[in-house]
Amino acid sequence: MTVPTPAATPDLLYSQDEEDLRLAVRALLADRAAAPTVIAATESDTPYDPRLWSSLAADIGAAGLLVPEKLGGQGASHREAAVVVEELGRSVAPAPYLTSSVVATETLLASAAVDGPAAALLGELASGARTAVLAVPFATPPAGAGPVLAALDGTVRGIADAAAADVLLVPTAEGLYAVETSGPGVAVESLVPLDLTRPLAAVTLTGATGTLLADADAGATAVRRGLLAGAGLLASEQLGIAEWCLTETVRHTRERHQFNRPVGSFQALKHRMAQLWLEVVSARAAARNAADALATGSPDAPLAVAVAQAYCSGVAVHAAEECVQLHGGIGMTWEHPAHLYLKRAKADSLAYGSAGSHRQAVAELAELPAP
Amino acid sequence: MSPAVDAAEVRRRTRELLASHPPATTGRTDFLKARFDAGLAWVHHPVGLGGLDAPRSLQQVADAELAAADAPDNDPRRIGIGLGMAAPTILGFGTDEQKRRFLRPLWVGEEVWCQLFSEPGAGSDLAALATRAVRDETGDWIVDGQKVWTSSAHLARWAILIARTDPDLPKHRGISYFICDMTDPGVEVRPLRQITGEAEFNEVFLTGVRIPDSHRLGPVGEGWKVAQTTLMNERVSIGGSRIPREGGMIGPVAKTWRERPELRTPDTHQRLLTLWVEAEVARLTGERLRQQLVAGQPGPEGSGMKLAFARLNQEISGLEVELLGDEGLLYSEWTMVRPELVDFTGRDAGYRYLRSKGNSIEGGTSEVLLNIVAERVLGLPAEPRNDKDVAWKDLSR
Repeated sequence: MTVPTPAATPDLLYSQDEEDLRLAVRALLADRAAAPTVIAATESDTPYDPRLWSSLAADIGAAGLLVPEKLGGQGASHREAAVVVEELGRSVAPAPYLTSSVVATETLLASAAVDGPAAALLGELASGARTAVLAVPFATPPAGAGPVLAALDGTVRGIADAAAADVLLVPTAEGLYAVETSGPGVAVESLVPLDLTRPLAAVTLTGATGTLLADADAGATAVRRGLLAGAGLLASEQLGIAEWCLTETVRHTRERHQFNRPVGSFQALKHRMAQLWLEVVSARAAARNAADALATGSPDAPLAVAVAQAYCSGVAVHAAEECVQLHGGIGMTWEHPAHLYLKRAKADSLAYGSAGSHRQAVAELAELPAP
Repeated sequence: MSPAVDAAEVRRRTRELLASHPPATTGRTDFLKARFDAGLAWVHHPVGLGGLDAPRSLQQVADAELAAADAPDNDPRRIGIGLGMAAPTILGFGTDEQKRRFLRPLWVGEEVWCQLFSEPGAGSDLAALATRAVRDETGDWIVDGQKVWTSSAHLARWAILIARTDPDLPKHRGISYFICDMTDPGVEVRPLRQITGEAEFNEVFLTGVRIPDSHRLGPVGEGWKVAQTTLMNERVSIGGSRIPREGGMIGPVAKTWRERPELRTPDTHQRLLTLWVEAEVARLTGERLRQQLVAGQPGPEGSGMKLAFARLNQEISGLEVELLGDEGLLYSEWTMVRPELVDFTGRDAGYRYLRSKGNSIEGGTSEVLLNIVAERVLGLPAEPRNDKDVAWKDLSR
């Protein structure tokens, strides 16, 4: 048996353009999605800020990064989109970017209808004028993406960002459909999510109608590709979460005094933060590797994504848990944003497949079979 | 200042060297000397000292050309301490005469170097060292003390040595840095047998060792500062080369897993997958660090790599022993030997398990490295200390 080797050396750095994009997104989020704003938004009927979305999607052009220019997008790649996702993770701002601009967009791009009915929708998603979500439970791993419904009839629970979406991409045994959420026979019911910054909904279709985008086989392939891109870029979100948690924890423990000294001077605490730093540094390499593999269409992409998810899920959760603990009582309050990051990190560790399911993917892809 | 040397120029000079000294017909040492003199040893060194004053990143251009031509190398693993620690320190702090005298035979491998830093009473707290250097009436330094964990001491011609020259000063300020002649009659080297059964390291006893003042590196009393350069280079040398997937200790375990299905259990499968992922991520982290260095944006990530590899090596080799079942109960050989090279992956799982215990101790314990990351990278405050402003002689021991 041969050891699988990466096809080419991935570019694991950030380009100057990517750094410029990061600064633009970060400035926007600092302006429109500061922690008190996000906490207040999660207690309203809809946590999404339409002005944030139009600035991010249209003004910065982030929604169209994956879409070719001829279809109305920016013709960039997963590398740039990953930077946007990383910044969104750092701010835990509610925005349907990963679900619409990455997963739904990638699914449409991978469907055979890209020259037909998908083209117009892609243009609308790229401009940010509309959003779409893939109607599968948020915890679905790329490899486990069978059709949930036999036809456009029935209920799918746990769909992320469905309540704000204009269009549902519904994989059925008959094929992949685009269904308008405002159309007849479509009911979207908001659920109470663990992570308030990424709302979940149940969608019930009762004799709904939709546009067929791909037959069952092609649809399944497109959905897998959409979820693979989602899982790969989710690693960047997890990186952003972990970085924020570490930065804030360091800031807090430098300032907070107990026993007549900063608590961050105690080795018992600083070693834990140093360990987190090492995990963040490692998560960045894993996340960049996944983004680069997706961007270049590398045959190594499924393994790069599985490795990134198997690793980064735990890093984000660990960083958020340490953030709560090392903030002491402050970390347990509703007022301090640490809980938003813990909830996002924990929910993300299930999103697009748990670390365990991605390790199973590694077992197959790296030829390390189960007993 | 010579005109800037670019990749094309390095390539041209390398080809010129290969033409004037064909590796097939040139003796190994002669070739290496010619390579040094052509400035292709360390291209970032000054002209005349093995380099071309070129960016460090161009070294790989020369290395690739030379490897393609099957040119002999200087067996870097055999002279690792010279290359990784002594050379950058001599380059940074040596006099012109010291640089000219020591760098060429060091790089060529004619003279092996070792490092006389750690002592029985000065491990993580290296600055507490007690080896004394006292100046006699001739101006020479007379050194007495004991050093430990010295690899290659029995092969070495020279040592980099730190010793206390003023016990009345606080510990970091009374240290000076020397080049010690290992053939001095006052130098006694004894093998130090370790956990694996072999003696990869030595104890070195220094009794009335005479060192001329011309073999001092840096000013008297500035030895701690000079030593920082040495120690920094020790840690930076990790992450310098590209590691293939499954290139480290995970390789032999993955191979065993694939070839011997009868050993597989659900428990070891889950642990193997977790460690495989972590090893792959560590490889990517090292690769990212390498790309940062090549792009001229060195980051602090290097200090973390040693921490990561120490833990991974220990966990992976521990799993490997367990995976092997009955065979994990056996060990290859306890006979005391003094290996010239340490090959972490070349021996059996039991050896790897035991040897890797040292990975979190040698070159800075993991606990000290975590402090370094926390204080220098994250900017966290240091623990309060009571040893910084006290004369060394008044510290409790």
